[in-house]
Amino acid sequence: MIDSSLKQMAAALASKRISSVELTQLFLDRIDRLNPRINAFITVDPERSLTQAKAADVRIARGDAGPLTGIPIAHKDIFCAKGWRTTCGSRMLDNFIAPYDAHVISQFDQAGAVNLGKTNMDEFAMGSSNETSYFGVVRNPWDLARVPGGSSGGSAAAVAARMAPAATGTDTGGSMRQPASLCGLSGLKPTYGICSRYGMIAFASSLDQAGPMAKSAEDLAWMMNVMAGFDARDSTSLERAKEDYTRDLDRPLAGLKIGLPKEYFADGLSDGVARVVQEAIDQYRKLGAHTVEISLPNTRLSIPVYYVLAPAEASSNLSRYDGVRYGYRAPEYSDLADMYCKTRAQGFGAEVKRRILIGTYVLSAGYYDAYYLQAQKIRRLIAQDFVEAFKKCDVIMGPAAPGTAFKIGEKAHDPVAMYLEDLYTIAVNLAGLPGMSIPAGFSDGLPVGLQIIGNYFSEARMLGIGHQYQQVTDWHTRMPEGIA
Amino acid sequence: MSLTTADVKRIAYLARIEIGETEAQATLDKLTGILGLIEQLQAVDTSGVEPMSHAQEVTQRLREDIVTETDQRALFQSIAPAVEDGLYLVPKVIES
Repeated sequence: MIDSSLKQMAAALASKRISSVELTQLFLDRIDRLNPRINAFITVDPERSLTQAKAADVRIARGDAGPLTGIPIAHKDIFCAKGWRTTCGSRMLDNFIAPYDAHVISQFDQAGAVNLGKTNMDEFAMGSSNETSYFGVVRNPWDLARVPGGSSGGSAAAVAARMAPAATGTDTGGSMRQPASLCGLSGLKPTYGICSRYGMIAFASSLDQAGPMAKSAEDLAWMMNVMAGFDARDSTSLERAKEDYTRDLDRPLAGLKIGLPKEYFADGLSDGVARVVQEAIDQYRKLGAHTVEISLPNTRLSIPVYYVLAPAEASSNLSRYDGVRYGYRAPEYSDLADMYCKTRAQGFGAEVKRRILIGTYVLSAGYYDAYYLQAQKIRRLIAQDFVEAFKKCDVIMGPAAPGTAFKIGEKAHDPVAMYLEDLYTIAVNLAGLPGMSIPAGFSDGLPVGLQIIGNYFSEARMLGIGHQYQQVTDWHTRMPEGIA
Repeated sequence: MSLTTADVKRIAYLARIEIGETEAQATLDKLTGILGLIEQLQAVDTSGVEPMSHAQEVTQRLREDIVTETDQRALFQSIAPAVEDGLYLVPKVIES
């Protein structure tokens, strides 16, 4: 059962071969057994999960089950879930019990899915290795000495170790696609505005987007059908008609035009990843697709642009943590200003503080035009690169990350080296496009992801492109050895 | 543009984050590396390019001016560090 697709789990629940309580308990037992080694979950609350499972069983018995009713789903600890401790991986929110539900959480609740627990993450989603979490590093199930990627590393490790059938994540600069690549999973960052940001703890609001992480593209489509949708409480939520994200799963690929950006196969890409990605593209050619070389000339600027804009937005968003209304407050202080300063010094970790300082600096008087405004202008040039590229192709393919999972500690003390992990993913967030990573093979025993970038609102087609590949390959079914 | 530890302390104060001498020095090294990365933006010609602040060209929605939220003060204050009589408590800011 742990290897089943969401579709197979739904069928087992519908035919009463298993109950939601049994299914939920099965995964809770695996969390109990495996989490001490992997640290993918920050909070597990079996009582709450099983209460939801019982309600789901009643709903199934009544015959009013939806596709995900009774299926346990893990949620990145960035989503507020009413009554659940919601930490965002930070000491600042160590004691925070969310008083309301994020829109994404309420969508899953209404669908009858079971909240299986809250997954570990880089503090405030700032990181590419899960090493910045206040709750400790997450270990990659494929090699416990290595990182799972980040910031949605807990969600990735949970699904890779089959502690959860699927999970939610968020992606501001690659935070779903890079961990999906490093853990051998499928992960989709939708077009900006498709999933509501309401109740999703803010990092860089013009880039943050929620999405699903699962074993297969088909599972992602099932998740998207629940997660996506207009929400008036998020001012950037897009008013669009409800879509069926499974509609293109069986669509053949004959005639598909795949753009290969020459900048994505240049310096910085490891040989092992390059080989696996090329093999995956060969497989697409066998499925009837054509390839065309394209150029995204401003790719190398995406990292510096991001490290101006994201910290600028973060420094503003994180000013709310003042020790007054919720979260951590320093135990001792002399006056109000000292209370703010000590609360924030003690409540935030080193990487979060660095990004707040960078953001404060680039927004400060005298530097705003040179850094912030200049970065916003180059952001437009980067977005324009994609507009030109999509005149020549239907989708873009390349690596999701420059290498495979690296050793814990290897890059932890060099922020700039860590930032380069997101070389192939960040531009997609800057442009607001959808991006996906699917398992494409292995290099030295570690998973490698293929990134698929689509035009705006082409998620259903992208999921079909992933699904067709997964009909003729079995990389997405592989499970780490030693995690039985 | 090179920073000094005095700059780091000034920025930290603007961000209301307490920072000690040793930490300021360590932070300076890391920030200098990051600013070096960012510096390459200066060489790009962006004359005539409109700044892009958002992924979608959409305008702010307006809604009817009616009450939609219910009073949840007690619930929200139940997770505050210090409250009294429905008010959030902070250190005294006005001298008596």
